[in-house]
Amino acid sequence: MSKHLATRTSRNRVINIITVIILSVGGIVMIAPLLWMFTTSIKTKLEVYALPPVWWPSKPQWDTYVRMWSAGTILDGIKNSAIVSLTVTIVGTFTSSLAAFALAKLRVPGRNVIFIGLLSAIMIPFPTIMLPQFVMFSNLGWVDTLLPLIIPGLFGNIVMIFFLRQYLESVPNSLIEAAKIDGASYWKIFTRLIFPIIRPAVAAQFILWFMGIWNDYLAPIIYLNSPQNQTLQVVIANMNVTYATQRDYPLIMGASCIALVPILVVFVVFQRQIIESVALTGTKG
Amino acid sequence: MTTATKSRVQPRRHSQLYRSENRWALLFVAAPVMGFLLFTAYPLCFALYASLTNWNGLGRMKFIGVSNYIGLLGNANFHKALLNTLFYMIGIPIGLILSLLLAMAMNRKIRGRTILRTVYYIPVISSLAAIAILWQWAYNGDFGLVNQALDLIGIQGPNWLQSTTWAKPGIIIMAVWKGLGYSMLLYLAAIQSVPKSLYEAATLDGASGSRQFTAITIPMVQPVTFFLIVTNIIGGAQIFTEINIMTPTGGPELSTASAVWLIWREAFRYQKMGSATAMAIVLGLIVMIVTLIQFRLNRNSSFVLD
Repeated sequence: MSKHLATRTSRNRVINIITVIILSVGGIVMIAPLLWMFTTSIKTKLEVYALPPVWWPSKPQWDTYVRMWSAGTILDGIKNSAIVSLTVTIVGTFTSSLAAFALAKLRVPGRNVIFIGLLSAIMIPFPTIMLPQFVMFSNLGWVDTLLPLIIPGLFGNIVMIFFLRQYLESVPNSLIEAAKIDGASYWKIFTRLIFPIIRPAVAAQFILWFMGIWNDYLAPIIYLNSPQNQTLQVVIANMNVTYATQRDYPLIMGASCIALVPILVVFVVFQRQIIESVALTGTKG
Repeated sequence: MTTATKSRVQPRRHSQLYRSENRWALLFVAAPVMGFLLFTAYPLCFALYASLTNWNGLGRMKFIGVSNYIGLLGNANFHKALLNTLFYMIGIPIGLILSLLLAMAMNRKIRGRTILRTVYYIPVISSLAAIAILWQWAYNGDFGLVNQALDLIGIQGPNWLQSTTWAKPGIIIMAVWKGLGYSMLLYLAAIQSVPKSLYEAATLDGASGSRQFTAITIPMVQPVTFFLIVTNIIGGAQIFTEINIMTPTGGPELSTASAVWLIWREAFRYQKMGSATAMAIVLGLIVMIVTLIQFRLNRNSSFVLD
C-alpha cells in the first residue's frame, strides 16, 4: 500500500515537472513577441534588417525613447485617451450603478419594457449603428472632437448594469425596507447603503470597461482626423504607416511599447480584481 | 416578480409612497434608457431606412427599395468579406482546446503558477492596435520574428501577410495567441469549482485520467465553453482592428478583408453609405441571431428576465 502510494506521488512529481516545462515553453511563445518588440525598439535601423538576426542590440539605442515624443503626437494621444476613458468610466459607472440599483430593488414603471429594450441593445453590434451615429454627430459638428467617443458612454454601460443588478440580487430586500422605514431618501439609500455593498463589483467592472475604452480603435479612427485630437491607439497606428515607409521600425516598436505601458501598470496594480472579475463574468454570464 | 406581486397586494394607503418610489426609480434608470433611445434605437431605425436609399452621407436620400440588398446578393467583395470573417472563426475551436489544456495544466500544484498565469494573460490586456503593429512586423517575410524563429528549426516561412494563402492563417494565429489567456482564465475558474469529491469517487471506481477528463471535466466546464463560443463568434463577426492595421488594403485580392472592414471602406472611403448600411444590417442580423441563440440555450444566464 505505502509502496503504491510512493510510486503514485513520484509519478505525480514527474507529471508536474513535465507540465512546468511545457507551460514554460508556451510562456516563452507568449512573451517572445512582446520582448522582441522591446528589443527592436532599442536596435539601430541596421540591426533591425540584419541577417542573421540580431537578438540583442550591441549598443542599446535608448535614444528611441527620447526622439519618439517629437516624432508623433504620442503625448496628445495619451492625454486624449485618458480624457475619454476616465470621463466615460467615472460618469458612466455612476449612471450604470444607479440604474442597476433601481432595476434590482425599486418598483420601476414599465420595468419589463425597459429590460427588453436594454437587452436588445446588447445584441446590436456597434458596426451596425456606427454609420447613422457618425452622421448624427457630424450634423452636430462633433467630428474631429472627443465628444462622439465620450457622450454615448456617459449614459451608462448596459453590460455593467446587468452585472451589478445580478450582484444586487444577493442583497436582502429587508435591508432596503428598513432604511425606508427609517426615512432615508432613495438617493441616500443608494449612496450610503447600496454603493458600499456593490463597490467590489463596481471596481472590477470599472477596470474592465476602462481597458476596453483605452484600447478601442474603430470609433476613434472614424471620428478623429487631426493628429492632436487622436487617441493613443490611432496615433500609434498612424505612426506605423508613416515610419514604415522610412523603415524606422525601432521608432514604431518603441511607440507601441509605450502604448502598452499604461494598461500594463493598471493590470499589475489591479491584477487580483481583474482576474476575479473576468472569472466571474464567465461563470455567471 | 416579487415586486410585481407585492404591489398588487399592498393596501391603498401606501400608494403615495409608491408614487414617490416610482418617480425616483424612473429618474435612476433615465440615463441608460435615454442613451438607448438616442444612440441605439434611433440610429438603428435610421440605418434600416438608409439601407433602402441611395444615400452618400451628405445629399438627399432617395428611396430605392431593397435595391441595396439585391446588390449585395451579387456583390463578390461582400461575399468574400463574409467568407473571410467566417474563416477567421476557425481560430475559435483551436483557441478553446488549447486554453482548456492550459487551464488543466495550471490547475496542478506546480511552482511559478501565478507568474505563468500572468505571462499568458498579458497579451489579453495589451492594446490590440499595438499588438497588430507588432505582429505585422513579426510576419515580415525576411526580417520578422516568426520566420526568424521558424528558420532556427529549419523551416522557411512564407511572406505571411502578402500571401493569399497565409495571410488569414497568420491573423488567426495572432488572434489565438492574444485570446488564449482569457479563455484559460475562465476554464481555470470553472475547473476549480468542480467538487473534488467527483474526481475522488471516479478514482475509487477505477476511472482512468482520460475517462475522468471526458466524463467529468468536459461536462462540468460546458457552460464556459458555451459562453466562450458565443462571445467569440459575436466578437469575431466584428473583427476589424487587426485587419485594418496589419493589411491596410484588405490584403492581397481582399483576402483578409472582414465584413466590418468592408463596411468601413464602403462608407468612409467610397461614401457609399446606402450599400454600406445594408451590409451593416446584414451583419447585425447575423450577430443578433447568434446572441438570441445564446439567450435561448443558456437558460441559467444572468440576463434572464424575471
